[in-house]
Amino acid sequence: MVDIPHEASESAPPAEIEEMELPHAHGWWSTYVFSQDAKVIAVQYAATALAIGAVALVLSWLIRMQLGFPGVFTFIDAERYYQFITMHGMIMVVYLLTALFLGGFGNYLIPLMVGARDMVFPYANMLSYWIYLLAVIVLVASFFVPGGPTGAGWTLYPPQAILSNTPGQQGGIVLMLVSLILFIAGFTMGGLNYTVTVLQARTRGMTLMRMPLTVWGIFVATIMALLAFPALFVAAVMMLFDKLLGTSFFMPTLVEFGEQMSYGGGSPILFQHLFWFFGHPEVYIVALPAFGIVSDLISTHARRNIFGYRMMVWAIVIIGALSFIVWAHHMYVSGMNPYFGFFFATTTLIIAVPTAIKVYNWVLTLWRGDIHFTPPMLFALAFIVTFVNGGLSGLFLGNVVVDVPLSDTMFVVAHFHMVMGVAPILVIFGAIYHWYPKVTGRMLDDTMAKFHFWVTFLGAYLIFFPMHYIGLMGAPRRYFESSDIMFMPESAIGLNAFISIMAFIVGFAQIVFVFNLLWSWKHGKDAGSNPWRATSLEWQTPQTPPGHGNWGKELPVVYRWAYDYSVPGAAEDFIPQNQPATVTHEAPA
Amino acid sequence: MFFAIVMVLIVVGSAAFHFLSPWWFTPLASNWGYIDDTTVLTFAITGVVFSAVVLFVAYCLWRFRHREGQKAHYEPENKRLEGWLTALTAVGVIAMLTPGLFVWATFVDVPDEASSVEVIGQQWLWSYRLPGADGTLGAADNRLVGFDNTLGISPEDPAGQDDLVIEGGELLLPIDRPVRFLLRSVDVLHDFYVPEFRAKMDMIPGSVTYFWVTPTKTGTYEILCAELCGTGHSYMRGTVTVVTQEEYDEWLAGQMTFADLST
Repeated sequence: MVDIPHEASESAPPAEIEEMELPHAHGWWSTYVFSQDAKVIAVQYAATALAIGAVALVLSWLIRMQLGFPGVFTFIDAERYYQFITMHGMIMVVYLLTALFLGGFGNYLIPLMVGARDMVFPYANMLSYWIYLLAVIVLVASFFVPGGPTGAGWTLYPPQAILSNTPGQQGGIVLMLVSLILFIAGFTMGGLNYTVTVLQARTRGMTLMRMPLTVWGIFVATIMALLAFPALFVAAVMMLFDKLLGTSFFMPTLVEFGEQMSYGGGSPILFQHLFWFFGHPEVYIVALPAFGIVSDLISTHARRNIFGYRMMVWAIVIIGALSFIVWAHHMYVSGMNPYFGFFFATTTLIIAVPTAIKVYNWVLTLWRGDIHFTPPMLFALAFIVTFVNGGLSGLFLGNVVVDVPLSDTMFVVAHFHMVMGVAPILVIFGAIYHWYPKVTGRMLDDTMAKFHFWVTFLGAYLIFFPMHYIGLMGAPRRYFESSDIMFMPESAIGLNAFISIMAFIVGFAQIVFVFNLLWSWKHGKDAGSNPWRATSLEWQTPQTPPGHGNWGKELPVVYRWAYDYSVPGAAEDFIPQNQPATVTHEAPA
Repeated sequence: MFFAIVMVLIVVGSAAFHFLSPWWFTPLASNWGYIDDTTVLTFAITGVVFSAVVLFVAYCLWRFRHREGQKAHYEPENKRLEGWLTALTAVGVIAMLTPGLFVWATFVDVPDEASSVEVIGQQWLWSYRLPGADGTLGAADNRLVGFDNTLGISPEDPAGQDDLVIEGGELLLPIDRPVRFLLRSVDVLHDFYVPEFRAKMDMIPGSVTYFWVTPTKTGTYEILCAELCGTGHSYMRGTVTVVTQEEYDEWLAGQMTFADLST
């Protein structure tokens, strides 16, 4: 229909979708608690994810207290340390990042951006949140059972994860696995919703190639999650059987404290394959929504069309597809057949090409733009720096032979924090500053935003950039004590202390952010319906915040792509997607 | 404006940190200098790309910052430019991957003349077994592990009787002789890692994994466990000392065989 995405049309195809019947709320409970409105569910998801994320942040302080000042804080023993790192990692990756990008931003933005009234299955959408909440509660409960939460590392590798020399092997590991199973079940309900809504409920004129990249990122990430999470699901179920029923899916013949266990015949490596078949796509499940969102932030705040839209879409799709055949680069030194290394190193480095294209296109969007240094833009720019840094250090780890000395060291920790911790979280912050006015009708405070930004960005860079070099020296990750390693120079202790102090500062700066969120809800400047003068549909709603059903009586009709910024001849420097071609301008020369 | 300066400072600061800080690889003590070379090559290529991208962004921020009356340039795509950038990236990736794969081919291909050293990991202790006079290691199985046979060596296999067993002690290696490490675990995953050798490999109960190395520098190096193996993980250390052939032979003569230990 529309072959060239940036060409606007004068008319839209006739409506084929019938008006959907919305389950309207009948009182306070069904409006704010058991709501079936995707926008309310989105806020519930986001609030829960940020709350559990705060727990993970505190855990990171405890980790850094031990690493920066070993032996000073005596309440942190090895057992607790391993519990802290395990819970920190799992919460951040699954319960914060995945839930916030897909459950939070996905729910809020997909229906609004594609011009739908709501998700297509509102009831399943509501269930998705409540099951997610249950998963979080089960996870938190593991802090309070005898033996505490599991300390098996977030990768939960057997046999160690269910044996007695690992903390939390009584109840903690069981609750962790149950919580993951619940999370996946809940996610599947949400994920099917996001996918079907994008495929079926787009408004008239909203072709796939006119969708904002935010929707593309979340859409492809959701499909990936629907395909990848089942691998984790079966791994969790099987490990639960190994733990509770004495089966041996992942357990070979082994001896504990000189005593033969009754296990035999299972394969620990099989678990690793299942885990990383999920775990690697998971990286992109977090990254692709961030890619999409940051594209829109840069384009909007640089007042310029996203550069190379079609390439951007195809890069998202290709990255998504390739990420299913690179998983064993997490296993180069796992003892799997070493000849796999040739294949997985090649596929891994090929991914660098579409990823680099995305970076170039963000940068080329800035080129000849009209750059406004708004808080969302600041975070988007910081994302470019941290993502490029973290992406490039991935080229060390993906290139099998370079990985051999670096694998399982602090270099890996520094790399993945930069690329899938700091970078996506900067996008999350940018996105919150960008869409908060739509959610609440009020702007976040600018001064607090700038303070929050500078401390977070510079602090995080100062934490994770030097950390690579600790790993380069050879300090393994997951070490309760590393200052006593023979080759570690005295100066490394100082460096670790510095990193810890930066971590405390960055952590505290988040209080300003939370305060800003709460304070501006009531006292923020009035935002109006389109404070950023943006083109995409969510800014064209009749009400702000949008009501249930999003669009009032009539759905919007789409005539153009989402990137008509600074179009020559147009009166304004943006043309909303629902404005027909004829009224605006003659065709650009 | 301010942000553009910060970006320049990030590039300059990161480069200064890289070149001036004292933190770098431990001095190499094995034949895997190729790994160091590939790493340095990767640092060079990625360092240039990082600096170029961030400095270009800094330039854009300065040059195209919002001023009154400014308007952005409308240009949906530029196929030529995108094509060039893609090709250039592909060249950079190939430049890193190709040497990487060549080195990996040597890494996985153990030389025929390499001698075998078996390393056995258990929570949280390193043990070793060396072939005896017959030059072969006897069979072993975790099912045979018990208090009197902590490494699970088969008493039935005659080849195992003369194997030298070193439990929890220090390992010695002769200099300039390739060694094939055969790695076993009796309980959970471990990882045999000697940073100065630049090599490591996981140990899996029920499997035998391997890697090879030629020590090239005498001295004592720390063995670290690099795969989380329970509460005592970071205390699972050992030492390997690289010595001359004469010292090695002398040490070897003083070790107990499996047969000695069983009687």
